[in-house]
Amino acid sequence: MGPLVPDIISNNMNFIVAMIIGIFFGAILEQAGFSTSKKLVGLFYGYDFTVLRVFFTAGLVAMLGVIALDHFGLLDVSLMYINPTFLWSAIGGGLIMGLGFVIGGFCPGTSICAASIGKIDAMIFIGGTIAGVFIFGEGYPLFENFYKAADMGSPQMFQTLGISQSLFAFLFVALGLISFWFTSIIENKVNGIKKPAIRFTPYYISMGLLGVVLALSAFVFTDRKANLTQKIENLNYVNSYPLDTMNVDEFALCLTKILECDKYQGIDFRPEKEQEQFPLPRTTSMTINRLFEKDAYKTLSIRNKISIFIADDELTERKMAIIATELGYKHVRILRGGLNNFVASILNYKPMENPKTKEEIYTNRFRIYASQQIPIILKEFKPRAKNNKEKKPKRIIGGC
Amino acid sequence: MNENTNYMNPYLAGILLGLLLVATIYITGRGLGASGAFKSVAVTGAEIVAPTHTGSAKFYKEYSAEHPGKSPMMNWLVFEMTGVIIGAFISGLISNRLDLKFEKGPRSTTKMRVAGAIIGGMLWGIGSQLGRGCTSGAALSGMAVMSTGGIITMFAIFGGAYMFAYFFKKFWI
Repeated sequence: MGPLVPDIISNNMNFIVAMIIGIFFGAILEQAGFSTSKKLVGLFYGYDFTVLRVFFTAGLVAMLGVIALDHFGLLDVSLMYINPTFLWSAIGGGLIMGLGFVIGGFCPGTSICAASIGKIDAMIFIGGTIAGVFIFGEGYPLFENFYKAADMGSPQMFQTLGISQSLFAFLFVALGLISFWFTSIIENKVNGIKKPAIRFTPYYISMGLLGVVLALSAFVFTDRKANLTQKIENLNYVNSYPLDTMNVDEFALCLTKILECDKYQGIDFRPEKEQEQFPLPRTTSMTINRLFEKDAYKTLSIRNKISIFIADDELTERKMAIIATELGYKHVRILRGGLNNFVASILNYKPMENPKTKEEIYTNRFRIYASQQIPIILKEFKPRAKNNKEKKPKRIIGGC
Repeated sequence: MNENTNYMNPYLAGILLGLLLVATIYITGRGLGASGAFKSVAVTGAEIVAPTHTGSAKFYKEYSAEHPGKSPMMNWLVFEMTGVIIGAFISGLISNRLDLKFEKGPRSTTKMRVAGAIIGGMLWGIGSQLGRGCTSGAALSGMAVMSTGGIITMFAIFGGAYMFAYFFKKFWI
């Protein structure tokens, strides 16, 4: 599960990765024609919309790519860097950059690209940009209030707009397609080309189809988290979902160590406070949100381990186990009746008056034994709470 | 000498760039960027020229608090931008576009273009700090992760450029 840094690719290796990514980045920008200011500013005078086409296509492909990776559980988006939103400086900074674009003819990335192939104006621009950062640094006390005003955290646009991720992605792709069409008309007008902007040639037809496929894929790659959390609200669905279970006696057998239970691990979904007051051995603390993250992946995909989902009530266990199963985790079981059942049937066991069948006799004998032993075992058990919790990996820090 | 203007199909370039960006996010958890590398250079320069000053001024202090214990040049974006230089150079070499050249609009004078490049650059330097990223780091990568701030910055950059374009016509056309 991504991101691969820092677990699979070390932080130092990441610098080499950065350089390789940069090589591709530079080559694509240069091949697209971003190494000349004439082409770049064409966007603002209507004679060349290459920048819009490359930029918007890239943004949309990347957005849908991220959505697809999340949908298939390949990327933990909770670790992904999401640019923070400081409303006023985002707008103000953007406008200043826009002004810089029409005056300077480059943006920072393209200026590096242009300078690399020998554009002298780009080299001058780079000098100006470094000076600009320096000016900002020296004038920081003046800018600071504006820079830090209206801190909205790191929301995503669909959250800000209050619509679903799928709908937002679809609308954004649609906006892109309309802008490609519209700007082609403008471009032809400005350049005095009489031919219509879109003609029924194989090229335009396949481009159009590709666009439609991209737009519709927004609905195919659904937001797993929103989807699954909605699904488990349906009680019929939850109760009829086939799940493997472990009964309380088996659970007690493991706790008393009568049975060798190395293959099991508990996944504890109780509230944090309860876990602290009544810790269980060999369990990992978990929450519904963390189930979707890389953290859970590490725990739940350990080979040959069967995860027993534990909560106070069976309904919560079922819900969590359904999410885990739907996410593709195998070997998930629930504790039948939840921990409440365990407490009632084992810890607070009332011995049977006169057990009749063989089974009743055995059960009765074991439960009496367990109800005496387990409280002692639990009392002796000192949780390594600090080890299991508080290790939550931090979001990656990115940006400029 | 006229430059080779056989560029890649823009949609194809866009798809490739988009895939590169997805790969970047999948591998590193962060997007592409550019202006951060400029910041690293600016901070390093300031530290060399006036170390006592950078030790006390708030901007530099906040920078070293965000990037503890390392030289500002040991930065992901500095490495990435080094790659960009190499990649663009190779691409220019292959497509026969390597040439020391000063470009300006047909009605623009050399003085105008030099002043424009410096001032434009400065505005980017200031603006990218305020916007917490430039076209790459804030707008493009912000779009990929659907960041509200990134998308707002993107619209502000392009909206702003259209707003001001009329006044600088003489620079370009």
